[in-house]
Amino acid sequence: MTRTAPPAGSLLAAQDLHKTYGPTTALDGAEFSIHPGEVVAVMGPSGSGKSTLLHCLAGIVTPDSGSITYDGRELATMGDAQRSALRRSEFGFVFQFGQLVPELTCVENVALPLRLNGTARKEAERTALAWMERLEVDDLARKRPGEVSGGQGQRVAVARALVTDPRVLFADEPTGALDSLNGERVMELLTEAARSAHAAVVLVTHEARVAAYSDREIVVRDGKSRDMERVV
Amino acid sequence: MSIGHTLLGLLESGPRHGYDLKRAFDEKFGHDRPLHYGQVYSTMSRLLKHGLVEVDGIEAGGGPERKRYAITEAGITDVERWLATPEKPEPYLQSALYTKVVLALLTHRDAADILDTQRSEHLRSMRILTERKRKGDLADQLICDHALFHLEADLRWLELTAARLDKLRAAVTA
Repeated sequence: MTRTAPPAGSLLAAQDLHKTYGPTTALDGAEFSIHPGEVVAVMGPSGSGKSTLLHCLAGIVTPDSGSITYDGRELATMGDAQRSALRRSEFGFVFQFGQLVPELTCVENVALPLRLNGTARKEAERTALAWMERLEVDDLARKRPGEVSGGQGQRVAVARALVTDPRVLFADEPTGALDSLNGERVMELLTEAARSAHAAVVLVTHEARVAAYSDREIVVRDGKSRDMERVV
Repeated sequence: MSIGHTLLGLLESGPRHGYDLKRAFDEKFGHDRPLHYGQVYSTMSRLLKHGLVEVDGIEAGGGPERKRYAITEAGITDVERWLATPEKPEPYLQSALYTKVVLALLTHRDAADILDTQRSEHLRSMRILTERKRKGDLADQLICDHALFHLEADLRWLELTAARLDKLRAAVTA
């Protein structure tokens, strides 16, 4: 099958992705592209394939066929170690639940990605604290995740996702477990921080109010994607 | 929105000129639709006729715009009654979108396409409101939230309809 080239200037692009789990087709020719500094919402009903698309784009899941390029490099040609390094240094992740290590304090949680990359503790915690300030949770630095609210914990998780200055932030239903007010504040802070750092955000959500923080949306249905900007 | 009751309510805190009333209304409630002077003066003469306001003073120079209005006891009772009466929920049963979806199914067009395009249009409006909220004060935030929740309700209906298109196709083409 002939594929069209990814849109010029895109940082991360996927073309004609296919993925099946046993008899279930999760992706059936899905496409995607995002530019630096752009926030793209991936929408669609439950089971439509949007989380599989995110996992493929982030190099967590390998598609059965299709192409994913990050900064001009084909993900499929990278080894596991290279893909892991990419996830650690260039990608950030925010999920719906259970992301913080309960035994560590909040600032240790935020500093963790830097520590894993070999940064000294003091420096890592200083950078972590600066990010916690931006996310308005610096006063929680010495508390453990069990001692903070859901909304606060999610902001700590966003700070941790951004602490390595990732070029792409993957957020899978980041406000799914929060009430409206907290969810909104998390989205405001997340998009502000990402935009000022010129990071691209892949935002998987089924909530329109969350998607309203994006620049454009892609709709996934039955494993196929539709880029609404190019359709309308 | 009842402009008459809103202006009456604004008068409860003290007498005002027509111009002051317009300014206070625009500042608090007229975000996208400021009042015309004509609306203010026609409303005030109606309220005057019904005894809900009275002329508290006329400044030298004459002309209707120089009148200062004060609310009467009857006016205060009227505002109280209006505030205590719940607004009628609007059921929006005549949905143009529903009609389009059914017609698309009847004519074997892609109804999912129509829903996708509509979602995109709704999201476009929601992005504008979200941006305005970010930059606005609390009053702006509450007004935008009201609009956002209504648009979100439309989208919830849209998602449900998208999930039921096969059933709906079978029902309308039977």
